[in-house]
Amino acid sequence: MTVQDPQSMYGDRLPSEEIFVPNLAGRYKRDAVFAALALVCTWIGLLVLAWLLIDIFMDGAHRLNWNFLTSFPSRRPDDAGLLSALVGSIWLIGIVALFAFPIGIGAGIFLEEFVKDSFWENIVEINISNLAGVPSIIYGLLGLAAFVRLMEPLTGGRSILSGGLTLALLVLPIVIVATREALRSVPDSLRQAGFALGATRWQVVREHILPQALPGILTGTILALSRAIGETAPLITIGALTFIAFLPDGPFDAFTALPIQVYNWIARPQKEFHELAAAGIIVLLVMLLLMNSVAIFLRNRLQKVR
Amino acid sequence: MTSDLPSFQTERSSLWQPNRQLSKSIEMLVKIIFGAFAFLSVITTIGIVLTLIFETIKFFKVVPLWQFLTDRQWTPLFSNQQFGIFVLLSATIMTTLIAILVALPLGLMAAIYLSEYAGSNTRKRLKPALEILAGIPTVVFGYFALLTVTPVLQTFVPGLQGFNALSAGLILGVSIIPLVASLSEDAIYSVPQSLRDGSYALGATKRETITAVVIPAALSGIVASFILAVSRAIGETMIVTLAAGQNPRLGLNPLVPVQTMTSFIVQVSLGDTPAGSLAYKTIFVVGMTLFLITLVLNLFSFWFVRRFREKYD
Repeated sequence: MTVQDPQSMYGDRLPSEEIFVPNLAGRYKRDAVFAALALVCTWIGLLVLAWLLIDIFMDGAHRLNWNFLTSFPSRRPDDAGLLSALVGSIWLIGIVALFAFPIGIGAGIFLEEFVKDSFWENIVEINISNLAGVPSIIYGLLGLAAFVRLMEPLTGGRSILSGGLTLALLVLPIVIVATREALRSVPDSLRQAGFALGATRWQVVREHILPQALPGILTGTILALSRAIGETAPLITIGALTFIAFLPDGPFDAFTALPIQVYNWIARPQKEFHELAAAGIIVLLVMLLLMNSVAIFLRNRLQKVR
Repeated sequence: MTSDLPSFQTERSSLWQPNRQLSKSIEMLVKIIFGAFAFLSVITTIGIVLTLIFETIKFFKVVPLWQFLTDRQWTPLFSNQQFGIFVLLSATIMTTLIAILVALPLGLMAAIYLSEYAGSNTRKRLKPALEILAGIPTVVFGYFALLTVTPVLQTFVPGLQGFNALSAGLILGVSIIPLVASLSEDAIYSVPQSLRDGSYALGATKRETITAVVIPAALSGIVASFILAVSRAIGETMIVTLAAGQNPRLGLNPLVPVQTMTSFIVQVSLGDTPAGSLAYKTIFVVGMTLFLITLVLNLFSFWFVRRFREKYD
């Protein structure tokens, strides 16, 4: 008996048996459980989203009326409205768009068209991905030190301008990345055709590349704007006030914004103010929804069939 | 006949007389301006670092670093000032931990479902739906955690207080599910089909292929998405400020009010702390701590992705 029994050589089981379990029925059963679990996990997030939206609508819908949109905040919940917050938010959007769009698009063009694959591109690229990981409240601290304190004579301290500039810095990396992605999707043959006619790089970009990339750029930048509207923490840090019963005359005035007003109402103990907060949230969400639909509309409208 | 020619020539030459020098000057100008715009993002980083460093240095001239790291109390706003950063850090770690326990399994399973199981139509509908979740302002999640989730949890969690780290962490987790899901999905989706086919050829079932072949192949991307999610959870402000409370307390009990690093900054910003006071400097020190933690996480994530990325061609 020289041939050893394989059973005794490997103990009571063959090594292949441990790896390959031919119990197909059982494995398929486990497969089904796994697939079901994956489906359930996907839906949990969406169900929480649905719960949140329904809950807020139930809480706040009955507070929504014309009076709510056109009156100033008040200590009496029944008179309170969010006019100053709404106007403040619109001011902020304007300032963020005014600064973040040209600067972000210009920077994106510079990186994608003028200095592709250079030392500068690498530096800025690493820097942008690092900035994307910086918590938004840190931008608030930067805004507090730079715009509110250091540049007080220029910005007027805790003003709409300071808030807008802080938010513009916050969304700048998003605009730059969106611009670069849109530019990258324009085919190279278009650039080469322009150069062949003797145009300079800027002429090619201005006349041919930019119009082609515009839908992508606009979509990305509007999404960046909608991010800025919902930001609360940086505005609180730079000192946006929560009780403002007047409309700002210009960018140097004190201000409040929708998320700040909502935060203020949530932080109060009375139930009536919580309902006001829910109504404010509905206005905020409707605004976001509108902006997103504008983004989608622009993309569909401007996107030419190639 | 001959008289036509010169006029024709002048017309031609007036059409094609590009001012090359002007074009070049404009190009130069555009390059300089846009270059300055691009450099602004670098200046932002420098600005953040300088802002935080200046006030931090002033702070540590008054409070020794040792005291900052070892104190067991955090009372910068009282007359008896104590600065134990671990009080705030423990709350931040706790909410982050709860959030990750929610977002990690749910996000990863959603990513697996979207890329491996869902048909292209389902995928097209579910992905934007998850992106809506990502677009909801955090103050809204804060409202939901404080006024809806906490009362519901209180019905079956005994001893749960009105402000607590548990519901803040849970909703914080829900808010970062889309981040984990979409980044992990990109990683899983980019695993080449040939790897799956090879696994099927060896007789593995779909689940076995996913857990033994696809997930390990996409691991660097998945880990990167986790690290990004952790960093987001640490820096998130409004959910924890609203739902977890403002009570600096050392320890890891999720049922009682706590104060995270971010909610301390909010508390001081909303109060009437005079600029230049020690409490004012404290928010920059807390900001510095926050910045350093997220920076280390980001750098680790870059290193990890570069080191462990699988290349397919």
